[in-house]
Amino acid sequence: MPTMTMVEAIRDAHAVAMERDDRVVVFGEDVGFFGGVFRCTQGLQERFGDHRCFDAPINESAIVGAAIGMAAYGLRPCVEIQFADYMYPAYDQIVSEAARLRHRSAGDFSAPIVVRMPTGGGIFGGQTHSQSPEALFTHVAGLTTVVPSNPYDAKGLLISAIEDDDPVVFLEPKRVYNGPFDGHHDRPIVPWTNHPLGEVPDGHYTVPLGKARIHRAGADLTVLTYGTLVHVAQAAAEEQGLDVEIIDLRTLVPLDVDAIVESVSKTGRCVVLHEATRTSGFGAELSATVQERCFFHLEAPIVRVCGWDTPYPHALEWSYFPGPDRVGRAMQEVMEA
Amino acid sequence: MLGAVGNSSDAHAPSSGLSLRIPQPARGHQPADQVRYVSKAGEMKKPDLDEKVERVALMRKQMVRVLDDDGRAVGEWVPDLSFDDKLTGLRDMMTVRAFDARMLRAHRQGKISFYMQALGEEAIACSQKRALRPGDMHFPTYRQQGLLIAGGYPIVQMMNQILSNEHDPLKGRQLPVLYSAKSHGFFSISGNLATQFPQAVGWAMASAMRGDTAIASAWIGEGSSAENDFHAALVMASTYQAPVILNIVNNHWAISTPEDFARGASATFADRGYGFSIPAIRVDGNDYLAAYAASQWAEQRARSNLGPTLLEWITLRRGAHSTSDDPSVYRPDHESEQFPLGDPIDRLKQHLVVDGDWDDERHAALEQEIAAEIDAALAEADSHGSVKSGVVPSASTMFDDVYAELPRHLREQRDQVGE
Repeated sequence: MPTMTMVEAIRDAHAVAMERDDRVVVFGEDVGFFGGVFRCTQGLQERFGDHRCFDAPINESAIVGAAIGMAAYGLRPCVEIQFADYMYPAYDQIVSEAARLRHRSAGDFSAPIVVRMPTGGGIFGGQTHSQSPEALFTHVAGLTTVVPSNPYDAKGLLISAIEDDDPVVFLEPKRVYNGPFDGHHDRPIVPWTNHPLGEVPDGHYTVPLGKARIHRAGADLTVLTYGTLVHVAQAAAEEQGLDVEIIDLRTLVPLDVDAIVESVSKTGRCVVLHEATRTSGFGAELSATVQERCFFHLEAPIVRVCGWDTPYPHALEWSYFPGPDRVGRAMQEVMEA
Repeated sequence: MLGAVGNSSDAHAPSSGLSLRIPQPARGHQPADQVRYVSKAGEMKKPDLDEKVERVALMRKQMVRVLDDDGRAVGEWVPDLSFDDKLTGLRDMMTVRAFDARMLRAHRQGKISFYMQALGEEAIACSQKRALRPGDMHFPTYRQQGLLIAGGYPIVQMMNQILSNEHDPLKGRQLPVLYSAKSHGFFSISGNLATQFPQAVGWAMASAMRGDTAIASAWIGEGSSAENDFHAALVMASTYQAPVILNIVNNHWAISTPEDFARGASATFADRGYGFSIPAIRVDGNDYLAAYAASQWAEQRARSNLGPTLLEWITLRRGAHSTSDDPSVYRPDHESEQFPLGDPIDRLKQHLVVDGDWDDERHAALEQEIAAEIDAALAEADSHGSVKSGVVPSASTMFDDVYAELPRHLREQRDQVGE
């Protein structure tokens, strides 16, 4: 089976989707000729022509707004916002328009678009190239929010997202674009080619939206997480020598509640982990879900490990980032409670 | 020197501090220069479809006008319309007006929660709907009910939407007048302003990408053209030369805010097209024949792969912004009477009298016929209940159409509503 980086897997997903369905079009800033600043769309214009993959003006609202219009016509647009931090000008189009179009028109129109955006820190991008805005989308009715953690999932989830009949926000953790992350910033990136999760099948396959994955089975405690932080949880579990079950949520809305309930009911202990700021973050939703559904199985209070409630600081990003040390302390805390 | 704020005569005073120009509503003053650069009927030349934008720009101090003060059609913009076509236009406009009047009365009777009328600007949407083709898609605002009425959309259905009753095609989810009718080329109206403008450009781009012949038409009020999305749409339309008509309906009022605030220091809203190399013309929006001709010109340009056209429609919002508005607080007295472009229905009626077989008696008969149709439609719609009478779609329907398929969390919440 071929091995790929997440960038290559995303590129491959585009190609597979465009090959199968000529309604799929791809555009955004630098997406066409250059292939995107992270190269996720490299070669698509050459292969499919400049009417299927093209550059757009630097105007995020225009990109998403035009995609909605194209979708209303009957196309399947997949657009790239260069960094998640730049999506704010498009926020109104995503949350007030794409998310609600089917509902407000009672099914008369719909907006099956995919809005891809690189998310999270770990590349010294400072406060304007590092944010994780997933909670701003999960709070909005009508959106599906996806965060892959590895190349196999990224390809399968992106194909599912493009084929889905509703708008999907697809957040790509840039820290794992080019290789898995062992949780420590001072060590080199391990290429996905040497990592079992880097195996990506050729051709068409899907990973269903709304289904979580057990990244690591265990009996001591459950970590609920997604994206880059799946790998941090892995590092912390190994360093702590605990039998940790790591649930990679993959899709935040709709959430795989069954997978969460099954795991936490079994382990009785739960750490909620994400990179986004803590207050009103998606971890609050996860904690409340566990409290509502697993309270009588819990043997310790739920602990949240998140980014601090500050902007993402350039020089201090590894103090901001919830690394294996902080996660390890949280694991010990729930074990000792 | 804050005392200078808003007083234009002080704007050039010797500098003891900077000052701002803050435009003031005309209330309390002579209604000032309300319409810039009013041309004589027939004066403006009709450019070729592929005329260079610079040459079209030279017409910026003019306005497309066809009907003169006597009701005669003059000049190069006279559209090729038969008497019956014009009578159809008259009927469309009169139906919109009667519909609006009846709905306003229904609001006062407590039958509906909210309404917005198009009083005084009926010609614009009615004429453009007739100038475009079935299959084209309009991305309207809340004052283009003429697109639906001239397009033959069932009047009862419009009223069901306004009443939010059990037959409301939008299942009670939208404010009254925020219609959606894909089958009639009418995109779902958003309450968030200007968002539809880039969407229309995207729809037009998609049509071109698929080698289709359908075009899109974007609608916006002059006030909302201050929104970022208006400018975003112009960038997109200009960049890709999308087959789209970009309509700015300048009815001079954004609720209480005069057009000056959105226009900035530009001479006109049409001027904005030139910066994007988009041919832009100003049109007498109360002249049905000029409105039809200008729409047709823009439509032919789009259909011939000559790209976008911007049309600034000069008209006046004669009524309130909505049933929640009180224009007496901010509007000049006698504004409607002093508006130099008159009333669109009166002017087309006068033209038909001058031009053909039409008179006051026939006009009054048509008026009565339309009023009876509207009354009958309301009686039928009202029999299905309303948000006021509490006969509305069942609560469980609100969970439909959030997603194509009902996800688990909404299924659970729907079950809780039933408890």
